[in-house]
Amino acid sequence: MAGNKINLDGSLVDHARIIAKEIADDVQNYINRHTTVSVERAVVRLLGVDGVDTMGVPLPNILIQQLNEKRGLTLGSAFYIGNAMLELQKSPLAIAGQVAQGKINILNLPIHNRREIRAIVMDKACETIALIRENKAWRENFITEHGDQEGQLLYVIVATGNIYEDIVQAKAASRQGADIIAVIRSTGQSLLDYVPFGATTEGFGGTFATQENFRLMRKALDEESIKLGRYIRLCNYCSGLCMPEIAAIGALERLDVMLNDALYGILFRDINMKRTMIDQHFSRLINAFAGVIINTGEDNYLTTSDAYEEAGTVLASQFINEQLALQACIPEEQMGLGHAFEINPEIKNGFLFELAQAQMARQIFPRAPLKYMPPTKHMTGNVFKGHIQDALFNIVSVLTDQRIQLLGMFTEAIHTPFMSDRFLAIENAHYIRTTMKDLGNEILFKPDGIIENRAREVLANAYHLLERISQDGLFKSLENGIFAGTKRQMDGGKGLEGVIEKDPEYFNPFIDLMKRS
Amino acid sequence: MCAGVYSLEKKFYGQTLDLTKILPYGDTLNDGKIQLSFTLPLPCNDRSREAAKILAGKMGVSSPQIVYEKSLVEEFTYYIVYGTLEHFVDYTSIQVTDMDEEVFTMDETDEFIRQHIGRKIVVVGASTGTDAHTVGIDAIMNMKGFAGHYGLERYDMIEAFNLGSQVDNVDLLSRAAELNADVILVSQTVTQKDIHIYNLTELVEILEAEGMRQKILLICGGPRIDNELAKEVGFDAGFGPGKFADHVATFIVKELARRRQINLRISRESAVIPR
Repeated sequence: MAGNKINLDGSLVDHARIIAKEIADDVQNYINRHTTVSVERAVVRLLGVDGVDTMGVPLPNILIQQLNEKRGLTLGSAFYIGNAMLELQKSPLAIAGQVAQGKINILNLPIHNRREIRAIVMDKACETIALIRENKAWRENFITEHGDQEGQLLYVIVATGNIYEDIVQAKAASRQGADIIAVIRSTGQSLLDYVPFGATTEGFGGTFATQENFRLMRKALDEESIKLGRYIRLCNYCSGLCMPEIAAIGALERLDVMLNDALYGILFRDINMKRTMIDQHFSRLINAFAGVIINTGEDNYLTTSDAYEEAGTVLASQFINEQLALQACIPEEQMGLGHAFEINPEIKNGFLFELAQAQMARQIFPRAPLKYMPPTKHMTGNVFKGHIQDALFNIVSVLTDQRIQLLGMFTEAIHTPFMSDRFLAIENAHYIRTTMKDLGNEILFKPDGIIENRAREVLANAYHLLERISQDGLFKSLENGIFAGTKRQMDGGKGLEGVIEKDPEYFNPFIDLMKRS
Repeated sequence: MCAGVYSLEKKFYGQTLDLTKILPYGDTLNDGKIQLSFTLPLPCNDRSREAAKILAGKMGVSSPQIVYEKSLVEEFTYYIVYGTLEHFVDYTSIQVTDMDEEVFTMDETDEFIRQHIGRKIVVVGASTGTDAHTVGIDAIMNMKGFAGHYGLERYDMIEAFNLGSQVDNVDLLSRAAELNADVILVSQTVTQKDIHIYNLTELVEILEAEGMRQKILLICGGPRIDNELAKEVGFDAGFGPGKFADHVATFIVKELARRRQINLRISRESAVIPR
């Protein structure tokens, strides 16, 4: 459904964007002056450092820990890596290996000429940049050759805990018509301050995000894509304490979609806001460059707050997320701003309010591949009613042309999806997509009707909320519990000790290289 | 395949409800009708359909009808089956620990606390271990509550502390000790590979090791939890789907009042025992 169908106040939308930009600029100011341990671990990963020591500790962690001991990170890990490359004539990976064996301390090596250091690191960084470019080109070529799915991309999850079992499920789902396979992470991974290594077969409520797991799944989906003549996208979760590292390995293994939202980690995982905002920025730079669609987590606010009353917070957060994404050079076509179908089914005209919210988001962010989340909070275990709730959600998705349609499972709140649950969910979505294909184009909303007035009300609420946030700043507002009714302290939560103030000479080759393109 | 769905045969079922022989109810007493669905790791063909029927037979379903079959992907077929169950249960022989049926409203609970306990009670709640889901604990504790049932935070006579998700058992206990908690609520949503059992048992073990078990009312909840399971792992009570803050609060105040009575009696009795 194209074009503007709900009559919204365009100047209010413009104003909201201006305020959101002020809020984002303020945060960006802070971000620019800092780096974090996980940003630096991502840098060394992009320079080729991978693997674990005999105790299973990832080499990037060992290396960054050594650098952090004597405030070495203020200059950036790339500086010391470059210096060691010149001094030892070895690759970053070999250097990390020697550090892990306790053979060298790279802070103690004689310091070389700064220009030469930068040059040797730049050369190495450009190799990685070329690799990521190739990945991006592979995806684009495939899609150009075979065409892309129009309308909704059907997103389903796999969550067995075992990557090999996930692959069986993912292939089955692809053949049934899924367009995006999301591998849910093991619960708790967001709080690990390292990325596990290798293929994994044990996880709780999901599968660990590791580079090898990414590679295995992407390879399996490539085989399916070729067989089906349709590109199957792979999604993972670039959130938590290792955001930039997950983005780095995702770029290397050609992931296509990443949940990538600091606010989500702050509110729902109690991750320190300063840490994760800095992490988010670098991870989004990587995702922007790699052509990865980011998903934001506004839908999750509604799992704790009331979807009817808090609708304005979702829109306000989308405005802020849009501006923070622009700071990281993410084009609108890669902004999968999130929202959800979570209004209590008992509310009279609830469906109309859902329709209003979805259509409003479509109009305000016309080019964004909006990510639309199915009902979860009000799924009861009555699978038969649940299937109908999912059908109503599917109808709104089609009518308002959402792009990333997370498919609801009628067994939500019971278990992670069975193969048959996924089949029924896809069948449901296909049915509605076919039978209602052009219905959206046939509908005009009644001027000043319930739907139009609801959209205006939500927009007005979002605008007022943005005004309040801009007065206090985002950090302070989060302390006051502005989103999802959750209060978080500026210096509380997990990971603050990993934040480091940058020296004016700080060096990270990837920021420039990725921004330039 | 649908030809057999409507049976024109005359049926003879027992017309009386026999509590020693309870069968599922379709549309006639004692007809034993059930529906089930499952996937087999087999290709979709006649032989696999026969396998599905045999399997249904082994479950005690006589004359199973495969009303729908669908190949999900090669080597996997989905079946929807209707049939008549041969098994029955003797309802009269079942023993369960009945949870109190009477549920107080928020005001009644507050009043009960004023009268029988005489001070605010302290409740600490969390989703423990690696479990990141807060929806359960939020539904019970948050001011707003869930589905029109206010959470414990709104009760005048309850001081509620919601510690959120992914709280370590040790952290939960030290916080509970700090706050002088009367009650600990634990929510467990993720149950894959029985992680919840491990989490819950660990909490009980630490409490016992710290000598705190008797001082604290220990309650758990979650979509896969019921009172039986809770008791089995050493909790005082468990609340599953469809239970709200009202149910939890009612249990808490009645149980605390009951324990208080017992303690009073013991202290009175011990006072009169000659030494």
